[in-house]
Amino acid sequence: MTTTTQPKDPVREHCDTAAGHGRRGRHLIRWWPAGLLLALLAAPYSALPLPGLLDGPIGSPGSLQLLALCLVFGGLATGYDLLLGRTGLLSFGHALYFAAGGYATNTIMLEAGLPFVTSALLALLFGTALAALLGAVGLRVSGIGFSMVTLAFAQAGSILVARDPGGLTGGEEGRAVPANRLPASLVGIEHTVNLYWIALAYLVVTLAAVHCAVRSPTGRVWEGIKENERRVEVLGLRPYGFKLVAFTLSGALAALGGIVYLLLTGGATPQTTTSNFTLSLLVMVVLGGSGSRWGPLVGGVLYTWADHRLGDLAGSGAVAGLPAVLRVPLSQPLFLLGTVFVAVVYLLPGGVVRLPERVRVTWSSRATGRTMTEAEPAERKEIPAS
Amino acid sequence: MSTVVLLALTGLGLGALYFLVASGLSLIFGLMDVLNFAHGALLSIGAYGTWWAASGHLPAAGSGGFGFVLAVAFGTATGALAAVLLELALIRPLYARPREQVLATVGVGLAVPALLSAIWGADARPFPGPRALSGTFGLLGAQIPVNRLVLTGAAVVVLAALKLFLGGTRHGLVVRAGVEDRAMVTALGIDVRRAFTLVFAIGGAAAALAGALGGLYFGSVDPGQGTSLLIFAFVVVVMGGMGSITGAALASVAVGLVQQFANYYTTAGLGDLAVVVLLAALLLARPRGLTGRLA
Amino acid sequence: MNGSETPLLTVRELRVVIGGRHILHGVDLDVAAAGVTALLGRNGAGKTTTVRGILGLVPRTGSVLLDGEQTIRLATHTLVRRGIGYAPEDRGVFAGLTVAENLRLAERRGAGEPAYGLVHELFPELRQRARQPAGTLSGGQQQMVAIGRTLLNGNRLIIADEPTKGLAPKVVTEVAQVLERAAQAVPVLLVEQNLAMVRRLAEHCVVLADGRTSYRGPAAQLLADADAMRRLLGVGRHGAAPAGAVRTEEGGV
Repeated sequence: MTTTTQPKDPVREHCDTAAGHGRRGRHLIRWWPAGLLLALLAAPYSALPLPGLLDGPIGSPGSLQLLALCLVFGGLATGYDLLLGRTGLLSFGHALYFAAGGYATNTIMLEAGLPFVTSALLALLFGTALAALLGAVGLRVSGIGFSMVTLAFAQAGSILVARDPGGLTGGEEGRAVPANRLPASLVGIEHTVNLYWIALAYLVVTLAAVHCAVRSPTGRVWEGIKENERRVEVLGLRPYGFKLVAFTLSGALAALGGIVYLLLTGGATPQTTTSNFTLSLLVMVVLGGSGSRWGPLVGGVLYTWADHRLGDLAGSGAVAGLPAVLRVPLSQPLFLLGTVFVAVVYLLPGGVVRLPERVRVTWSSRATGRTMTEAEPAERKEIPAS
Repeated sequence: MSTVVLLALTGLGLGALYFLVASGLSLIFGLMDVLNFAHGALLSIGAYGTWWAASGHLPAAGSGGFGFVLAVAFGTATGALAAVLLELALIRPLYARPREQVLATVGVGLAVPALLSAIWGADARPFPGPRALSGTFGLLGAQIPVNRLVLTGAAVVVLAALKLFLGGTRHGLVVRAGVEDRAMVTALGIDVRRAFTLVFAIGGAAAALAGALGGLYFGSVDPGQGTSLLIFAFVVVVMGGMGSITGAALASVAVGLVQQFANYYTTAGLGDLAVVVLLAALLLARPRGLTGRLA
Repeated sequence: MNGSETPLLTVRELRVVIGGRHILHGVDLDVAAAGVTALLGRNGAGKTTTVRGILGLVPRTGSVLLDGEQTIRLATHTLVRRGIGYAPEDRGVFAGLTVAENLRLAERRGAGEPAYGLVHELFPELRQRARQPAGTLSGGQQQMVAIGRTLLNGNRLIIADEPTKGLAPKVVTEVAQVLERAAQAVPVLLVEQNLAMVRRLAEHCVVLADGRTSYRGPAAQLLADADAMRRLLGVGRHGAAPAGAVRTEEGGV
């Protein structure tokens, strides 16, 4: 750009007008979360059909159920990214705390006969304490060692649930929620809308909690830990305590999500305890964009929606008619998922939320003749010193 | 007494499986900082490769005698080849970005078992093996399945071969030095990326061998086998100290034995939990693992 | 030495950015085709980063000419194979490998027969301790391994980053003697805080400040100029040395 110094330069002019649009656009864009929230609040009252996206009209119980699932996983991914994207901790055991919330609520209702709200509070307490305890042990190792330890703990939980000790967990089948312990307003297909409200509330609570935590002084230390743990130590702070706070908060949010999920699906199932469940959270976060405010939410919603639709696709006539080379892999949702994940890691660093920005950069670099690498210095800064 | 002997040898056999998976994981992690989540997939590829060859699809290979040896060799070679492809195609382009490398292996670890079950079905397939290896032999009053011995023997051979390779060859020297300080190895004029491909090939071969022999141990193959073994191999790697082959061997034996004995003398399934408790206890006492290497 | 001779290594506008932080803002330096060129500067001035940047151990931009050939795009191992011996700041000795293995690792194919004779003549101890793990050696002995590795191949340039740091005075003298002798055959780029070493060995020197070159010229001229010494390195009789220059003291050898 050193040669383009004349004021009448066409390239310059292009940049200036683009920036002008950007300013005006940004003014409107700043209010989109409020707009989206309004849309989500209005959704149950809408009979608008979204062919291809949803099976029935938006307000129908089936669509609301899927939307609620999308919101729960959007929130769950947002809470998980507190570790991955905000503190730089790669946990492979998040499923454990999610499952702890759901299973503990269900088991307390079934075995102790307590009402739902009391059970849920106790379960939330249990999930939080579990995260604090296991985090305290696991964080004694750093880096990938931590990842492996969280994985091992979650695996132990998964085995425990599968073995069905004392008939508490229901083993492979899981256990259905006792309808008589739930408030009447949460039972039955005609009350799906109430579950939708709960899912939406969970998402808002998670977003608010993560937003506040990240902006707090603790959140700034997390950012420091993510970038360079040693520099935080040099400042005289012990990263261990800060990491434990992040782990516990994230675990508590997951447990809360597990409770909402229990209501939505009407039972505690062992699939929520598996390492594949945690890996799907990881896929959501990376797909949407780790470390960004909206990325994990976008990833969680996209993934959950795609997961349901891909299941339909895998069993659909369109796939059955394909030649074996294509049909066989496409009939496996996990194969598609794994492949898409690898593709995202390669082609979409920063996730879906970075996509508009990347498109803009590509366009403006084409216009000005700059290359992508020069236009994106931030992409390259992760290269470690050694 | 006979129960103790049977449990001990079964534990050793299981430990041998863990070691075959963990040794490659540990070397790859030590050298490249990459936690290879696709390692279970490599094991499955080895298992299915052997099963495929031993079921009569590969000329000269079969379920008995030399044919079976050939089938195992075929499965092992397939695993090594897959590992090299994985390193060259997916890991290398993401060089110096370990987080992305791990994520890429997670994707492969999801996709490969799914592909296997798409081709051969999600259900377990009976694993053909020589009759000589499906029998038992008497030792101190216990009837021990022969395959336990085969597994332990194979693991000992692999351990010895790895030790010889690491201690006695120039490539082994480069790998050992690279585990300590990768940058300094390049500063001596050595292309350390070649060592990356090499450890992937070795790790892939060892995992695939574990798959082939695991087929004997479990009597069947299924697409999810690799993933469930992988998690205990991770535990072994952490306990052994990442990058240490001797540490991995010690930890494998410990995990295998604890699992077997706890499963027998307490409720079934508690052995798996005991392993995790063991891991937690070790981490509380020695955060750097058995061999004291930094995580 | 006269100034008209072409330098062996010419570095221009070397810039290094790590994690979004600018460490080097444009370093210029020449390594003369013979003798010792000293690289000086206070702690944190960017000396080690400059060396690592030259070798490509950190991402860098600018121009690095080795014998007139551009090397900025070469991978570290390719550049080193063109004939560079590097003894890093922390000695870079592999603790788990024996002394003999450390040396064997440095052998380079196509660089002729490794000069074990020379290394063992200079450091007889390394022969006696060949089977000892390098991690059990003293700091001085480890430095011998590090310097020995640079002498093993017929290198065109030796880069030594603070080879006397943390060593006992007697060992410092020994290292100085070895470098003096090596410099008779191979040009040396020496990063050094010990001014007595610089006075004894260096003919040319380059001073860095805040990631930039602040002085280039004959070493003797700088060392004789008390005012420049105080300004560039923060040492001298008048006033206390700034906090950054703790170890920059004269004497010692």
